[in-house]
Amino acid sequence: MIADGMAVFSRDVTKVFGHGDTQVHALRGIDLDIRLGELTMLVGPSGSGKTTLLSVITGLLDATSGELVVLGQRPAMLSGEDLILFRRKNLGFVFQQYNLIPALTAAENVAVPLLAGGVKRQQAVARGKELLATLSMAHRAHALPSELSGGEQQRVALARALIHEPKLIVCDEPTSALDGRTGHAVMELLSATAVRPDRALIIVTHDARIFDFADRIAHMDDGRIVHLEENRKNVVPANRLIPAPATLLSAESSSSSFGMIGG
Amino acid sequence: MNFVALKMLVADRAKYFGLIFAIAFASFLLANQIGIFIGIMTRPASQILDVVDADIWVMDPQTLYDGEVYALRDYDLYRVRSVSGVEWAVPLYKGTGRAKAPDGKFRTVILMGVDDASLVGAPRKMLVGSIYDLLQPDAAIIDKAGYRYFFPGEPLQVGKTLQMNERRVLIVGISDASAPFQSFPVLHTRYSQALGFVGRERNLLSFVLAKPAPGVPVEDVCHRIEAATGLRARTSKEFSWDAFRFYLRNTGIPVNFGITVMVALIVGTVVAGQTFYIFTIENLKQFGALKAIGVTNRRIIGMILLQAMVVGGTGYAFGMGMAAAFFSSFLNYGPTRGIVLPWQVMAGIAGVVLFVVGVASLMSIRRVLVLEPAVVFRG
Repeated sequence: MIADGMAVFSRDVTKVFGHGDTQVHALRGIDLDIRLGELTMLVGPSGSGKTTLLSVITGLLDATSGELVVLGQRPAMLSGEDLILFRRKNLGFVFQQYNLIPALTAAENVAVPLLAGGVKRQQAVARGKELLATLSMAHRAHALPSELSGGEQQRVALARALIHEPKLIVCDEPTSALDGRTGHAVMELLSATAVRPDRALIIVTHDARIFDFADRIAHMDDGRIVHLEENRKNVVPANRLIPAPATLLSAESSSSSFGMIGG
Repeated sequence: MNFVALKMLVADRAKYFGLIFAIAFASFLLANQIGIFIGIMTRPASQILDVVDADIWVMDPQTLYDGEVYALRDYDLYRVRSVSGVEWAVPLYKGTGRAKAPDGKFRTVILMGVDDASLVGAPRKMLVGSIYDLLQPDAAIIDKAGYRYFFPGEPLQVGKTLQMNERRVLIVGISDASAPFQSFPVLHTRYSQALGFVGRERNLLSFVLAKPAPGVPVEDVCHRIEAATGLRARTSKEFSWDAFRFYLRNTGIPVNFGITVMVALIVGTVVAGQTFYIFTIENLKQFGALKAIGVTNRRIIGMILLQAMVVGGTGYAFGMGMAAAFFSSFLNYGPTRGIVLPWQVMAGIAGVVLFVVGVASLMSIRRVLVLEPAVVFRG
């Protein structure tokens, strides 16, 4: 099916905050396709709409208009609870300020998505420790976030984003708080662990030092994608945007609780 | 996610203990003040409730409570006895006199003169001696608190003497009489002897104590006495409530205690509620991250309620522990003897704590529910 290999499909997506004279057009007709297996970066100056686009893609904000399909789902069509379950199952987050829970150890922080999914504490924390070990963090599994360096916190946040095997990982300024060398190491780790053929990675960043890790870069300004650099690492064929939504959604399955797109 | 909620709660020790202490001290203050209030407001009825032999108190129509009595005429006793449905009626004197110890220490005492023949009205909780020793000349029974006042540091024993109205008072027994409102010592003696102890009064008959005949409702007998004699007749329970109400209406006690209870309630609610609310607000970004990651609102509500219940339960337990320690320490201390912490008060305070943490939780939950999870992407 056409949805195969497609993580995000966006056509003319807009987002408007406020009403009347106080209206702010944060997104002005975003057309963007993100394929599984790709590392896509959203770059641009502050206020260009990068974070809003990320919030809309992840269902944290509703789009005002346009067509948005994420992993075969239309977030706008999902009820609140279904949207939360969709995020829990399919999305991994790496926040700019990591947002680790200060009271939990590194391993417990990593385990949070599994705990949210109902996995028993011992099992979830054990899995968290395993994952930290693969990120060379086994010796810090019992440390609190306050005892970790910025790079270590970033790795814990990455492990938390990966633990439940999501199909789409979104990272907000993952290297902004890190020095160049640590930032580079984090990006190498991200590329090595997060990018897989069945997973897409979206990174919002200002940090030009990490652009070389991207397969595609969407340059944004004033709520628009003003330039799309494709095929930077030759991972994605250099074709244009994929077909229109009607074609894309033609095989929508009625059996899925989320209205999954067939394929 | 429960352990996540608990770890978040106890992570900031200062706030956690602040919450616990706020609720603990509010609970303690509420229990303490209500307990003392109940203890004090029970005191006006002490001498009424201590008389367990009679069910009916007959008095002058103008007598409102047992603290201020307009004496009856002696023949009123016979008029009461003549009412149908009255099985028996006996005289009772209640007044005050001045007692003096051999070392010159003196104090106003409450003097109860009980029926010479039946000893109805004599104390039933005796620590030393027997009520039948009242039949001896000059005999009186003193309560434990009074004995401690007149003979401090001495073991409880009979044979001591006091002086009232230039007459010898021989202590033949020590009772555990309930504490009177004014904390005066309580002396029981025979009715005929009370006259000598208090000096010349024209009329000595304070009350007539009566018992209804078997099978006749006590209220009916009261009505019959009132109809036949024009006197006021009250059941023991009614009369004790009369005394309670009199003090409630005519003293500043309820207002003062009420203010303290309200202050404890408001301070407890505001401090505990606000601290808990601030605690949630400070964790808002973490809750936002949890929402973004996929923790449902229902689960987050559960986490907040769990935190509130733990704080409320622990604070309440500490508060009741402190209250129990206070009450057990001061239960037998003279001025505060008789204070009680009824289970109803404890249950009520538990309800108040539940209300406080409930309101704080609702405020916190509201903030978390309206929280846009996209907040996690803001720097």
